[in-house]
Amino acid sequence: MSSFASSLLCLQEGAEPVMQMTCRDRNRIALQSDLLGAAALGIKNVLCLSGDHQRFGNQKEAKNVYDIDSIQELQIFRTMRDEKTVWGGDKLEQAPNVFLGATENPFADPLEFRVMRLGKKITAGAEFIQTQAVFDIERFERWMSDVRERGLDRKAHILAGVVPLKSLGAAKYMKTKVPGMVIPDSTIERIRAVGDVKSEGVKMCVEKIEQIKSIKGVHGVHIMAIAWEEIVPEIVQKTGLYPRPNV
Amino acid sequence: MSDRMRIVGFCCSHGAYSSADLAGVMRISYSPSVMIIRVPCAGRIDVLHILRAFRDGADAVFVAGCLEGNCHFEYGNFEARKMVEHAKRLLSDIGIEAERVEMFNVASNQAWRFPEIVGEMVSRVDKLGLSPLKKVIK
Amino acid sequence: MIIAEQKPLTEICRIVENDHKILVAGCKSCVAICLAGGEKEVGILAESLRLYSDLNNKEWEISEVVVERQCEKEWVREIGPSIEGKDSVVSIACGVGAQVVQELYPDARIVSGLNTSNMGAPDEPGIFLEKCGGCGDCVLHLTGGICPIARCAKSMLNGPCGGSQNGKCEVNPDTPCAWDQIYNSLKRLGRLNLIEKVIPPKNWIPSSSGGPRKIVRAEAVLTPEEKKTKEGVD
Repeated sequence: MSSFASSLLCLQEGAEPVMQMTCRDRNRIALQSDLLGAAALGIKNVLCLSGDHQRFGNQKEAKNVYDIDSIQELQIFRTMRDEKTVWGGDKLEQAPNVFLGATENPFADPLEFRVMRLGKKITAGAEFIQTQAVFDIERFERWMSDVRERGLDRKAHILAGVVPLKSLGAAKYMKTKVPGMVIPDSTIERIRAVGDVKSEGVKMCVEKIEQIKSIKGVHGVHIMAIAWEEIVPEIVQKTGLYPRPNV
Repeated sequence: MSDRMRIVGFCCSHGAYSSADLAGVMRISYSPSVMIIRVPCAGRIDVLHILRAFRDGADAVFVAGCLEGNCHFEYGNFEARKMVEHAKRLLSDIGIEAERVEMFNVASNQAWRFPEIVGEMVSRVDKLGLSPLKKVIK
Repeated sequence: MIIAEQKPLTEICRIVENDHKILVAGCKSCVAICLAGGEKEVGILAESLRLYSDLNNKEWEISEVVVERQCEKEWVREIGPSIEGKDSVVSIACGVGAQVVQELYPDARIVSGLNTSNMGAPDEPGIFLEKCGGCGDCVLHLTGGICPIARCAKSMLNGPCGGSQNGKCEVNPDTPCAWDQIYNSLKRLGRLNLIEKVIPPKNWIPSSSGGPRKIVRAEAVLTPEEKKTKEGVD
């Protein structure tokens, strides 16, 4: 289902969605009109992504669009919101009042360029950042210290990604098949060693969130419970994030 | 069948051809169905030569180069092997059994090896029958 | 140069199935270098078709011809006599060459024996890599001499995406990540400042989204008088 439709469903259920808009399937015209539509319908948060290549999906033969990339998408959306114009220069009667986000993968290469690229995303308009799933906490901490050094944590809200592991198979699949995902062998070994993988998966996820909370500059987490969405409330409660703490 | 059988052997003059020669000197017999074409190096052989041999009525074709590492032109025998592999793919696309073409490596002092290769190709043709082209080529 | 590869023989056979007199027409330029449609490949394809015909009682009459460049009318005219009386011409030039032959000989049936792939270069013997996306608005000066349009799977102008791992592309681990290469190239050149700036959305008008593109060099265009004289010569 499209992110637009699912965001709307979330909204109707009383949740505040983050709508994902990828450049793979839509050109700049479609993305801008979707943004206006989303804003008009009350969707407030938009995550700008290039999008996973269609080769990883179930319709590999499709032609991709990639008219623009995620950074250019941010640039266009920010222009629409702050300058009240579409990219072609025409004035908008009403600017889309949206909160713009981007993704970043602290575990991708070239390592020394990742933080610089995060800076580009923030310059282009990103106000919040959702990172790729964090399994390797040391590498994530190193990345965060570079982020702090450049002062980027003060310019955008960084939300670390966490994934509760449901099974050994899922963990192995993510380690080998999912682009940009880095899972240390120790994580796989820990999963392998236990009998009740699911409760261990939750435990590890909660631990991860606790570790992440102590890292300076991180403003939150986003839980990617892939094909295991029903576990989210349990994780949120166990980490003391629900009911919402007063900060 | 054997009197109508035609096997074309492209033989490197350094190894395989000398091996055939030595077999003759030592009076080791081999099938008269083989037609030897002497080439300066197995690497000289192109897919086209192999295809043409089949169109001219060959039931099987082999290319015999020097032992690997012993080519007088360094890697001619490796080139030949790749060509034979290419020919196998093409032949099966065309509808001719890939087993009808093969690559061998022979040293000039291996008198027994050449008759052995001919024997191998003869038995392949025995098994596969004469070239399917024989029925249609006048 | 243009990189192409031959269609599977069975597909070519199917295309010309109901024809009798067939000409295989090659080209000595790009496709000869990428071993798809040069003089040698013409010989091999023609011989393969003959064998196929013999084997399947097709009674095809296969003939062969090669020209210097099938994309230029001046050269293509050389093959006019060979095309005469043929039921089909299997062009194993690139898609450009095949179309130029069709334009010059509108009554002949020109079919392509190749799948034309890209604008690239030989990397090492037998390996050919795509290099240029033909976008019509070159950015190599910004990207360390490496084309992100052709060489990045997402044609990103502000890469690399999150799938760049150990210098490889997420889509195919055989393919180097273009943005990893761009980063390293700019670093070597001492021009990392170029990658820090956001490249704005690209103008795709010069690219292929507006139909076939036309380039005019005014100084080379013939006047009506010159054309008349030329036509007299032809």
